Amino acid sequence: MSDFTSGFWNWYVALITILGIAGCAILLWTQSRHKVRLDEKGEPEKTTGHVWDEDLTELNTPMPRWWMVMFYLTIVFGVGYLVLYPGLGSYAGRLGWQSSGAYRQELAKADADYGPLFAQYLRRDLKEVAADPQAHAIGERLFLTYCAQCHGSDARGNKGYPNLTDNDWLYGGEPSVIKETIMKGRNGVMPPMGAALGSDRDVENVAHYVMSLSDAPADPIKVAFGKPKFAACAACHGGDAHGNPMLGAPNLSDKTWLYGGSQETIMETIRKGRNNTMPAWGEFLGEAKVHVLAAYVWSLSNAPAPQQHEVAAK
Amino acid sequence: MNAPAPKEAIIKMYAKREDIHPREVKGRFATLRWACVWLTQLLYYGLPWLSMHGRQAVLFDLGARKFHLFGLVLWPQDFIYLAGLLIVCAYGLFLVTAVAGRVWCGYACPQTVYTEIFLWIERRIEGDRSARIRLDRQSWTAEKMAKRGAKHLAWGVVALWTGFTFVGYFTPIRSLGSAVAHLGLGPWEAFWILFYSFATYGNAGWMREQVCKYMCPYARFQSAMFDRDTLIVSYDAARGEPRSARTRTKGDCIDCSLCVQVCPTGIDIRNGLQYECIGCAACIDACDGVMDKVGKPHGLIRYATENALAGRWNARQIRARLLRPRTIGYGLVLVLMAAGMSTALALRTPLKVDVIRDRGSMGREVEGGQIENVYRLQLMNTDERRHLFHIAVSGIRSAAVVDEDLVELDGASARAVPVRVRVAHGAAPTGSNPLSFTVTAQDEPTLHVTEKAVFIVPR
Repeated sequence: MSDFTSGFWNWYVALITILGIAGCAILLWTQSRHKVRLDEKGEPEKTTGHVWDEDLTELNTPMPRWWMVMFYLTIVFGVGYLVLYPGLGSYAGRLGWQSSGAYRQELAKADADYGPLFAQYLRRDLKEVAADPQAHAIGERLFLTYCAQCHGSDARGNKGYPNLTDNDWLYGGEPSVIKETIMKGRNGVMPPMGAALGSDRDVENVAHYVMSLSDAPADPIKVAFGKPKFAACAACHGGDAHGNPMLGAPNLSDKTWLYGGSQETIMETIRKGRNNTMPAWGEFLGEAKVHVLAAYVWSLSNAPAPQQHEVAAK
Repeated sequence: MNAPAPKEAIIKMYAKREDIHPREVKGRFATLRWACVWLTQLLYYGLPWLSMHGRQAVLFDLGARKFHLFGLVLWPQDFIYLAGLLIVCAYGLFLVTAVAGRVWCGYACPQTVYTEIFLWIERRIEGDRSARIRLDRQSWTAEKMAKRGAKHLAWGVVALWTGFTFVGYFTPIRSLGSAVAHLGLGPWEAFWILFYSFATYGNAGWMREQVCKYMCPYARFQSAMFDRDTLIVSYDAARGEPRSARTRTKGDCIDCSLCVQVCPTGIDIRNGLQYECIGCAACIDACDGVMDKVGKPHGLIRYATENALAGRWNARQIRARLLRPRTIGYGLVLVLMAAGMSTALALRTPLKVDVIRDRGSMGREVEGGQIENVYRLQLMNTDERRHLFHIAVSGIRSAAVVDEDLVELDGASARAVPVRVRVAHGAAPTGSNPLSFTVTAQDEPTLHVTEKAVFIVPR
């Protein structure tokens, strides 16, 4: 409960608080009555008795009693508050209220409110959910909130962050696999292969071979030299370089590049390797939301999005 | 050798509140005051029950962050209009105060209006001033208990209805009504109904003039708007003094003290302008009635300016001082603000567009060397009708929206739309280039908004 490293500060804060409240009460009590002289008729003077600059006096216009009572009420309120809620040093208060508890309560309420909505989708097949216009709208909002930072608002990705609309998948594009990817996250590791391949020239040769796989312009001699060296890569990318969804190893024979398909970029990838992380969202979002999200992501490259308008041809 | 010690006494720095039992008064100004009560309260209690376009005409929907004012839907982005409205109200108040003193306090302020209503109930149940004073002094007989109980019950009913109406401006009042009937109120609705009811009951029933004297800030700073040409409720001392009940040969004031008895703040207006005076003119009505009876002209107590009293001016002379730098200044600001506000409201486009560039990427190269940037367009259709919006870009040669450039939005709804914009290779230099988005309603070409953005061409 307490953030203090020493118990002293607990008492220090508590004492100042209590003295402050007691001081307010004493001040109120002593200042609400005042000694004044009686005038010739034996009546109390109408002034507070203060005199400045020889003859300047202060007229006593008493405030209403209810106003005084309100001051005392604030003290009562303060004491009551300190008994019920945390505030007095590290005393937790009788109610045991915590700001984190209030947050959890709000979260639980939101879950109770919206949980059934998501649960209803969770019971249904992902492809079926993908065709539901309402689920699609929810999925779009979830995507814009949680996924768009890396994958872009249009889900077309960025360098290092895959395009989700091209139906080209590192780990497989089945709805259930997409859901698993979102739930558990992915760690894509391409180890640095520079040392394993040998010299810089070897790296360049392999790069040219890789470029030739997707019909990019490449030097045939370097391709020929690179081809046998590619054996070191085949463990993950496969002998035909079609990749391996089990490992998330990309297909090198298509025109989709996560980091770029130029010779320099491919060489850099080979030499230094790549590390890529898709965080796990399962715990944060809960399975039901991920379910809707997975259906949305799948629909981006499979089913036509519902309620789409005719594209104005330009 | 000791001088006798001065006699001393302990005084309290606070005082018990003195109860005020204003006497009922009839007359021109009382009629005017009651007209104001009817006008403001018909408006207050009636407005939430009006319907328009199948919904409540005036509804401040906090949950949806939409404020319906008849045909107008205001969104949080329109908060500036509230600021403008407050400025208009403030200058309206300043102008009125500079001209005629605290007439707002005396006729239209909710504190005065509800006090008037609660006093009316009090009079119907407990009787007028003298009966109430008697009842106050009485011991707690069954009759007193019955009268007091009936009064508080009636006050409570009015207060609860007031609280219910208040919440009805924020929650549709018809569904709120059925929620009350079925005891199905939400905790916050219940809290605010009870809170506002309690405030009404407490302020109009118990606190009354104490609110004006000790709590209201306006009561204290409005003296800044007064000058010697401001109309205030004044006792014409030159005509009234020396006051006497016995002989008619002296001043006109017969010292009947009716002006004190009717005063809701319990002051004696014959002592001159006091900060407690709310300018309600009850004393004018009372005094005019007495002047009728003793056969003297009206206006021993009247709305007059300091200058008018000192110079014995007539109404025309007072009116001549109406236009003076202070009132012209207040009036000018008021007219300008009101004109500006209504123009801004009339010309306001019921569509809002925010362009948010995707921060994750600078820009990507796509087929044919084209450069693509991604934006998120936050569209808010603040119109009550559904529209189909067309998104166009301009500012860079060959810039075009890819794929979907039509978005449909329901009435009074918002949506975030991802938009991709492509520019031909070499059409724009590397770096940041200005770009404009224009969103136009297909069915209403005059409804369009243009927003600036930047297009980034990576190196």
